[in-house]
Amino acid sequence: MIEGAVIEAKDLTKTYDTATAVDHISFTVGRGEIFGLLGPNGAGKTTTILMLLGLTEISSGEVSVLGFNPAREPLSVKRRVGYLPDTVGFYDNLTAADNMRYTARLIGFRSAEREKRIADALDRVGLAENAEKRVSTFSRGMRQRLGLAEILMKGAQIAILDEPTSGLDPHATTELLGIIRGFKSEGVSVLLSSHLLERVQSVCDRVALFSAGKIALMGSVPELGRQVLGGGYVVDIEADGVGLAERLALIPGVSGVDKTGIGKLRLHADRDVRPEAAAEVVAMQGRLKFLGVQEPSLEAIYTRYFEAKPEAAVAEGTRHAA
Amino acid sequence: MRREGSAFSGLGVVMLKELSDHLTSVRMRVLEWLVVLVALAALYGAIQQIKDTTAEDPFLFLRLFTTSRDPLPSFVSFLSFLVPLMAIGLGFDAVNGEHSRRTLSRILSQPIYRDALLFGKFLAGLVTLSISLITLWLLVVGLGLLMIGIPPGAEEIARSFVFLLVTIAYAGVWLALAMLFSILFRSAATAALVTLGLWLFLTFIWPVLAGAVAQAIVPPDPRYLALGLQTPGTAVLEQILARLSPSTLYAEVVVALLDPTTRALGPIYLSQLQGAVLGSPLPLVESILIAWPQIVGMIATAIMLFVIGYVIFQRQEVRA
Repeated sequence: MIEGAVIEAKDLTKTYDTATAVDHISFTVGRGEIFGLLGPNGAGKTTTILMLLGLTEISSGEVSVLGFNPAREPLSVKRRVGYLPDTVGFYDNLTAADNMRYTARLIGFRSAEREKRIADALDRVGLAENAEKRVSTFSRGMRQRLGLAEILMKGAQIAILDEPTSGLDPHATTELLGIIRGFKSEGVSVLLSSHLLERVQSVCDRVALFSAGKIALMGSVPELGRQVLGGGYVVDIEADGVGLAERLALIPGVSGVDKTGIGKLRLHADRDVRPEAAAEVVAMQGRLKFLGVQEPSLEAIYTRYFEAKPEAAVAEGTRHAA
Repeated sequence: MRREGSAFSGLGVVMLKELSDHLTSVRMRVLEWLVVLVALAALYGAIQQIKDTTAEDPFLFLRLFTTSRDPLPSFVSFLSFLVPLMAIGLGFDAVNGEHSRRTLSRILSQPIYRDALLFGKFLAGLVTLSISLITLWLLVVGLGLLMIGIPPGAEEIARSFVFLLVTIAYAGVWLALAMLFSILFRSAATAALVTLGLWLFLTFIWPVLAGAVAQAIVPPDPRYLALGLQTPGTAVLEQILARLSPSTLYAEVVVALLDPTTRALGPIYLSQLQGAVLGSPLPLVESILIAWPQIVGMIATAIMLFVIGYVIFQRQEVRA
């Protein structure tokens, strides 16, 4: 258990008549942490989020959000948690500020505080100039930002974002991720779900990889890399020199050398062997053109994990077909 | 275990927002103009007819509502068509509209219960309908005063006011029905069509069908047929069946309220006529008493439809 966890889920399960959407998952999110729920569509991410918010019934298991039980004390949870649904919608005939006013009234802010909070929040997400424009004129990126403004206005302690970047262009995505990092700097915990692995890698402290209703892997991205990709470091070298491969294989800690192209080698090692490798090349009077260590990417982790577990991938396939 | 907080927190906010949406919507403008124009036409016909024919009628003012002049139907029969139409127009996309705009999960993630959203929407619809109907009622009373030139008596005003309240309850039935279908069907078009279809069925087809079904279950007695009379058993059953439709209930209440000489809604037995002075008006309270089961029936129908919708909505998944 993490100190000061804001979300604790234990054996959380959601079953529909025939199918199990979420199957005994357990995770915790710490204060000020950005936690990613990743996985393909239909893996149970949104269902998990709805259970955290008390918007759908929990079939079994326990969950506590800021110490409250969402099924029994939904108002306390919803007062403190901001939610940005997948492809968030607003009342198109109302202006951005009016949409926010409606939400602010539902939360119960008094009018003076309401206006100040709305102006501040719209300013933070860069929509201050569009406050009096109808939402029907907004682009998708602007709608997503308006959704984040609503969470800011609410003064939420936890922001739950469902697919915040899906369908956005790269520029809008960067802006949005910037705002999400801003949440973290204020001590707001963020739980976000996505099927876009590389986007999310850049902002998440820890991730949980979902597959068919279960959490397949959980941890920080480097941790998962070590766990799944064999625990070693992969160093790519581009250099010439006769017998270089053999020399490099003798470096302590190197477990294997592959030729990946003309003059290109890939070292597998249990530590970062870049300094030694460079020294070897120089000692042979070879010309070093490239030397780099591979950061584990979520994409690679994900692919490798499901390659290693074909039955999981098959199950995934049938779910999609169905 | 009791749930935390009040089910009604946020109710007022939802209601005011929905009300302002209704009152500013183009849909409402169109419906209001439709109602006003049609009502004026019917009223004009009624006034012409009254001027031409009536001699001494103690309830001249109430004739405004019920008199018709070809080819126009009376004000009341216009209302009984248009009120459901208005109510359905306001309710058919109440919940599925939130789904399709994808606002539902965002609104429900605010600290309110679903109760507040649904009840707020229903109240907003009912208030909107009430505003329209009260305006219409005032228009009719005012025009009647101007054009007939005889001030209505207290009894007449009271009767027409009760009629107004009953009409609002009638509108509530159709509003609740439209909202029920807006919960059941994700597509607003489907919900609108199904509600309109059911309205057509209950208003136009069911009264005819009720007779046929009653005759099938209790075949008419040839002895009564020979006398050119309805068999009592068949007639009673037909009426019971017909009263399943809110349109029938409303029509019966209207007759009892606006025609003070109405002594019973349904077959009259000779025993009931003993000592009655035929054609003499009943006091208002007696008229209400005659129509009381129908009034209660309508209100109960509205509440029941709302509750069914409420239960379904509570259990519904919010995700699109």
